Amino acid sequence: MMVKDTLLGKTLEELIQITADLKLPKFAAKQIADWLYKKDITSIEEMSNLSAKARAALAEKYDMGIILSTKVESSVDGTKKYLYPTNLAHQFIETAYIPDKKRSTLCVSSQVGCKMGCLFCMTGKQGFQGQLSSGEIINQIRSLPERENLTNIVYMGMGEPLDNVPELMKSLEILTSDYGMAMSPRRITVSTIGIIPGMIEFLNHSECHLAVSLHTPFEDERKRLMPVQNVYPIKDVLQIIRDFDFGLQRRISFEYIMFKGINDTPAHVKELCRILDGIKCRINLIRFHPIPDTPLEGSDEATMEDFKEQLVKKGITTTVRRSRGLDIFAACGLLSTKELVKRQEEEKDF
Amino acid sequence: MESQTEQKNKLSTTIVLENKAIAPGVFVLKYKKVKSFTAGQYIGLTTDLGVTPRLYTIASGENDTEVQVLYNLKDDGWLTPRLSEIKPGSELYVTNPDGDFIDDESPAWWIASGTGIAPYSAMIRSGLHKNKTLIHGGRYNHSFYFENEFIPILKDNYIRCCSQDKGEGLYHGRLTRYLQDVENLPTDCRYFICGSPEMVVEVRDLLIKRGVKYDKIVAEIYF
Ligand SMILES: Cc1cc2nc3c(=O)[nH]c(=O)nc-3n(C[C@H](O)[C@H](O)[C@H](O)COP(=O)(O)OP(=O)(O)OC[C@H]3O[C@@H](n4cnc5c(N)ncnc54)[C@H](O)[C@@H]3O)c2cc1C
Ligand code: SF4
Repeated sequence: MMVKDTLLGKTLEELIQITADLKLPKFAAKQIADWLYKKDITSIEEMSNLSAKARAALAEKYDMGIILSTKVESSVDGTKKYLYPTNLAHQFIETAYIPDKKRSTLCVSSQVGCKMGCLFCMTGKQGFQGQLSSGEIINQIRSLPERENLTNIVYMGMGEPLDNVPELMKSLEILTSDYGMAMSPRRITVSTIGIIPGMIEFLNHSECHLAVSLHTPFEDERKRLMPVQNVYPIKDVLQIIRDFDFGLQRRISFEYIMFKGINDTPAHVKELCRILDGIKCRINLIRFHPIPDTPLEGSDEATMEDFKEQLVKKGITTTVRRSRGLDIFAACGLLSTKELVKRQEEEKDF
Repeated sequence: MESQTEQKNKLSTTIVLENKAIAPGVFVLKYKKVKSFTAGQYIGLTTDLGVTPRLYTIASGENDTEVQVLYNLKDDGWLTPRLSEIKPGSELYVTNPDGDFIDDESPAWWIASGTGIAPYSAMIRSGLHKNKTLIHGGRYNHSFYFENEFIPILKDNYIRCCSQDKGEGLYHGRLTRYLQDVENLPTDCRYFICGSPEMVVEVRDLLIKRGVKYDKIVAEIYF
């Protein structure tokens, strides 16, 4: 059976190419983009301002690409976790919807699993199964029942977005363009562990905010927590940030998961201030919720509050991120890991 | 003035000296050395200035005049299908050496899967071998690249774990099983792990379960 390509996730330029190939009028591309990104239909058949012939020609080669979530878990605090099947057999991704007073944030995934192997991360433990297409990224927003309420999008779900640059950039274009979902880039944050080539591309070709997972200012310590430090050391990541003109509106923030007795000492406050000196930024302190078989423990409340105070005193805007959806395993990777069908043992090369 | 980042990402032109298949889908590429490096570091390679370089650990020794890279062909990848076709005399673009997967003389276990053997090859060829145990995991008996160099130097401290084939001197089974079964796994030395993400994560978990402190483990992931 021929697997059809999907329309969802195509940029306007790609849609123009598709309509040209199918010998449809040029304005059809804009009409299709409207149906894909601004309206609520789920099939090509419903694109009512396209001629029957145009719809038939499209449907012969393409699927709309809408994938509905197969499972949702709701937390007592209102957080919801949606599980979406992917094009890879038996593989799932997860998307967390986090409503708050005025904001409703969606945390989207960019890969199935992840290659980066951070010591504290469940997604890292499940290995890498594949890249999400921009259609699969956009689908997490497009198929969300609460789509109308969304105010913010963060790329902080499963995977490292900057290890999937082409699909990430396409999804950002669609989210922020007039022909697409027309969201302000100031409502979108992409989080990275610091993949430098991807960061350069992202900074130069989008206007969305950047969040960098820092987790410790000491290089040797970071190396043990995040193997990427061997390849793209944090000092080089910070140099790129220093060299880049973020303007007044674009934000850079640092994510900092707090591990008891490891990265929560006064020496860490001091070194953080030193390495971030001159960068206008915010630090988000995050509670660590232990995952199976981890040697790490989360810092206690008092230590976190004190750490925050010390940073604030030194002039760095710092917040302690509230934990949401604990009762539904909102910590990234847990839900999909439960669903994951492990690859055959004999496929491994070790 | 050129920033540090621009310096690091700078591409130099080099000349391919040799490009040979040493096992199915696995090649050794040799090119003229452009810059000195420390064993364990990587370089970026590309055949086209417009395409982001892919990263490869240098497999040759610090004092060699040529640089060797051991690479796997990824049929659906961008660079490796092109690299596999490249002929001696061709031009290639290479970044400055970089990276921090670097060992010293202190006792360590080195663990690799597939082409993840490259940094240890550089280390051995640069004279680092005392107090080292090397464990290499591969699927077939032709998966133990550079074994002829490791055997005489490391002797019994070189363990080849083969999951699919049996053969003289090979441990039959995956390297994770070897690590699980081995008695007296030291907990006071450092562990270096290099190779596929799956292997690195599995081995790291296993070592931690066997009592190795996580801060003794250094991993390089071929992402
Ligand atoms: C520090 C470091 C050192 C390394 N050293 C070595 C080494 O010594 N030897 C070695 O063999 N390798 C090494 N690697 C891995 C190497 O850098 C590359 O991953 C590899 O050579 C791939 O190159 P490629 O251009 O052929 O494939 P790429 O085009 O980069 O693709 C890699 C894989 O991802 C898939 N892919 C790419 N883009 C997409 C997409 N958009 N959607 C879905 N799938 C996609 C491809 O199909 C392919 O299977 C190292 C990696 C690192 C980080
Ligand atoms: S923290 Fe992010 S980059 Fe690291 S393993 Fe998890 S998903 Fe990947």
